[in-house]
Amino acid sequence: MDQANPFVSTPRREVRAGLRDIAPVAVAALPIGLLFGAVAAAKGMSPLEVMLMSALVFAGGAQFAAIETWIQPAPILTLAFATLLINARHVLMGASLTPKVRMSRLQTLLAYFFLTDEAWALSERRALERPVTGAYWFAMAAVLWANWTLSSTIGAILGSFLGDPERIGADFAFTALFIGLVAGFGRSRVTLVTVAASATVAALVHTFVGAPWHVASGALAGIAAAYLAAPEEARA
Amino acid sequence: MSLDTTTLIAILAMAAVTYLTRIVGLFVADRLVLTGRAKAAFDAIPPAVLVAVIAPTALTTGWAEAIAAAITAVAAFRLPLLGTVAVGVVSVVVLRNVL
Repeated sequence: MDQANPFVSTPRREVRAGLRDIAPVAVAALPIGLLFGAVAAAKGMSPLEVMLMSALVFAGGAQFAAIETWIQPAPILTLAFATLLINARHVLMGASLTPKVRMSRLQTLLAYFFLTDEAWALSERRALERPVTGAYWFAMAAVLWANWTLSSTIGAILGSFLGDPERIGADFAFTALFIGLVAGFGRSRVTLVTVAASATVAALVHTFVGAPWHVASGALAGIAAAYLAAPEEARA
Repeated sequence: MSLDTTTLIAILAMAAVTYLTRIVGLFVADRLVLTGRAKAAFDAIPPAVLVAVIAPTALTTGWAEAIAAAITAVAAFRLPLLGTVAVGVVSVVVLRNVL
């Protein structure tokens, strides 16, 4: 019987494995979601708008960047371009994961709506031992998606009672969060050169040209700096 | 519950772009192998964008923000994400009051 054999995967066992793997990630993401909603509300977004953004975009990094530079009316093309830059990494993640998932093309198209850094990392780890099934993937995806959408919406509702974000330093929370995220990319020479180039160009462009041009110009400067700083002989 | 039309369009545009980045990998799975400088440039995209977004707040707003950003960067290599945020927020509140 399948139930007796721990090496045979059943949908129920796959779901349980997905829930077990994603639980610590969901716990860690909860306060981040609350924070996102609260600062988004302080920038003038309604709880409904926050809920829609989290449910439909479902990409923390891009949403943080959008809120940090948020103005009314929303600069659609700028936001779309910044989103493209930040989420371009998904292409590599999807390319790497695709041979390891056991799902039909149509299922995968649906499954990849929920592609996140976390779900990708957990799936790559699981793929070392066995293929990634739909049951495993969608169990993780459902928890993470519901967690993010709900926590950010609740944050937006609570945030409107928070008052002036500057008084409690909440306006600086994203800056601190981003610094924390950037630190996650390590302290290699290439990363340090990237950060220095991006910060310098973005600060100069913001001062002398103005928002929102600092995002694209700073990012492109950082990417160019990484290209130049990387060892040439490694090129294949 | 208000829903601004421009905001809705911006959200839909962000959602469409994001979904596109998520599924493109499915179609180039056997073709996309980046190496060397191209890979370094691609890997640099997330930190480059994140830094560009916060650089004006961190560097050109005032001394309180700049010093708080430096303190946060030191904390970022030693603390989990939420601890880093807490250090940053507390530093900026304290520095704004004393500077």
